[in-house]
Amino acid sequence: MTLTVDKVAKEFNRRSIFRDVSFSLSQGQSLAITGRNGSGKSTLIKVIAGLLSATRGTVAYTVDGNSLNVEDLRYHIGLVSPYLQLYDEFSGSENLELLSKIRSDLGSDSKRIQEVLEAVGLWERRSDYVRTYSSGMKQRLKYAFAVLHRPSLLLLDEPTSNLDQNGITMVAQVVAEQNRSGILIVATNDADEAAWCSSSIELGLP
Amino acid sequence: MSQFSSTYALIRKDVHSELRTRYALNALLMFVVTAVATILFALRSDQPTSSVLSGLYWVVVFFTAMSGLSRTFVSEEERGTTMTLQLIASPSTVYFAKLLFNTALTFSMTIAVTILYMTVFSNSFVIKTFSIFAGTVILGSLGFAAASTIIAAIVAKANTRGTLYPVLSFPILIVLLMTVMGATTKALDGEEFATALPDFQILIGYFLAMTGGSYLLFEYVWKD
Repeated sequence: MTLTVDKVAKEFNRRSIFRDVSFSLSQGQSLAITGRNGSGKSTLIKVIAGLLSATRGTVAYTVDGNSLNVEDLRYHIGLVSPYLQLYDEFSGSENLELLSKIRSDLGSDSKRIQEVLEAVGLWERRSDYVRTYSSGMKQRLKYAFAVLHRPSLLLLDEPTSNLDQNGITMVAQVVAEQNRSGILIVATNDADEAAWCSSSIELGLP
Repeated sequence: MSQFSSTYALIRKDVHSELRTRYALNALLMFVVTAVATILFALRSDQPTSSVLSGLYWVVVFFTAMSGLSRTFVSEEERGTTMTLQLIASPSTVYFAKLLFNTALTFSMTIAVTILYMTVFSNSFVIKTFSIFAGTVILGSLGFAAASTIIAAIVAKANTRGTLYPVLSFPILIVLLMTVMGATTKALDGEEFATALPDFQILIGYFLAMTGGSYLLFEYVWKD
C-alpha cells in the first residue's frame, strides 16, 4: 500500500486548522505527527482515515499499484483514537465479532479474535461487558479492534493514553509488527512515541 | 454480497443492542400505554366517530414514533460510536440497516397500538375492511420509518435534539398522516377496498420518494 497526502488543508468555519500538508508513505515506512494542542493532529488523522473531508488537497491510497476507493478503505485501515468508542453493552469478544461482520471481514474468525485478545491481554475478560472495563482495558480493546483485520495502514492517535507499563509494551509490539508489514502513522506529543517512527512532521508551525 | 451481509450484521447489532439497553423500546412502550390510557379517560363513555378514532390512533403512532425512533442515531452519537461505524461501514450500509431496523420497530409499535386500541375501544374501533387497514398499517409504517430515519440522522448531528425531531418531522409527515388517517377511516367505515387505492398510491409514492431522496442525501448528513 502507498499513501500520498498532497497539499491538504482543513478549515472549520473559515478557521484554518492546518494547510499545505504533504507527504508520501509506502509499506514499511512510518510517520509521527507532532504539534502543540489544537494544531490539528487528530483532525489530520481523521482526514487520512476518510472520516473527514479535506477542505483543499487530496489524500490518495494505492494497493498493488491500483488506486483505492474510499469505500474500500475500511478493509485496509486500523485506527486507535480517544474519540473512537466501542459498544459498552457488548463483551470484548462480541464487539470484535460484530464489528468484523459489519466490516464484512471474512478473515477475522474466532481463532483470529482469540489471537488478538490474547495479544492485548484481554482473553481472560473476553466475556465481560465493555462497560465493566477500566479505561486502560478499553484502550487495549481498541488495539484488538484496530489490528483484527491486519490493516495495511495503522493510525494511532495518542497511542498510550490510559495504559500501564505492560500496555505500553504491548503497543510497542504492535508498532514493531506494523513497521514490518505496513504503514504506521502516530499522532503524539510524546518524544518516546514519536521515536517509534522513521520520519515526522510538526503541525502548527508559523 | 458484502453489502447485504454488512447490512444484516448491523441490523443484528442494533437488535441485540436494543434488547440489552432498551434505548428505544421502553420509550415507545411507555408512550403507547400512557397515550392510549389518556385517550380512554378523556373519551370515557362517549362514542367517537370513526374519523375521530382514526385521527387519535395516528396521533398516538406519530408521537410514539417521535419519542423512540430518533434513538437509532442519537444513541450512536451519544455513545461516541458514530465514528466507529463510519470507519467500518459504507454510508449506504448504515442507512439501509437503520431504515430496516426503524421499519421493524415502527411496524411492531403500530401492531401494539392496534391491539391496545381494539381492546380498550372494543365497541367503537371495529375494523370492517381488514384489507384496507392492513395495507394502511404496512405502507404507513414504511413511510413513517423512511421519513423518521433521515430526520433522526439529521437531528443526531444537532445540539437541540429533543425539540428538533418533532419540529422537523411534522411538516414532512403531514402528507403521510392525512393519507393514513383517511384510509383508516375508510377501513373503520367498511368501504370497498377500491376506494382506498388512491391513498395507497400516495403512500407508495411517499415511501419511494422519501427513501430515494434519503439515500442520495444520507452520505452528506452522515459524514462531516
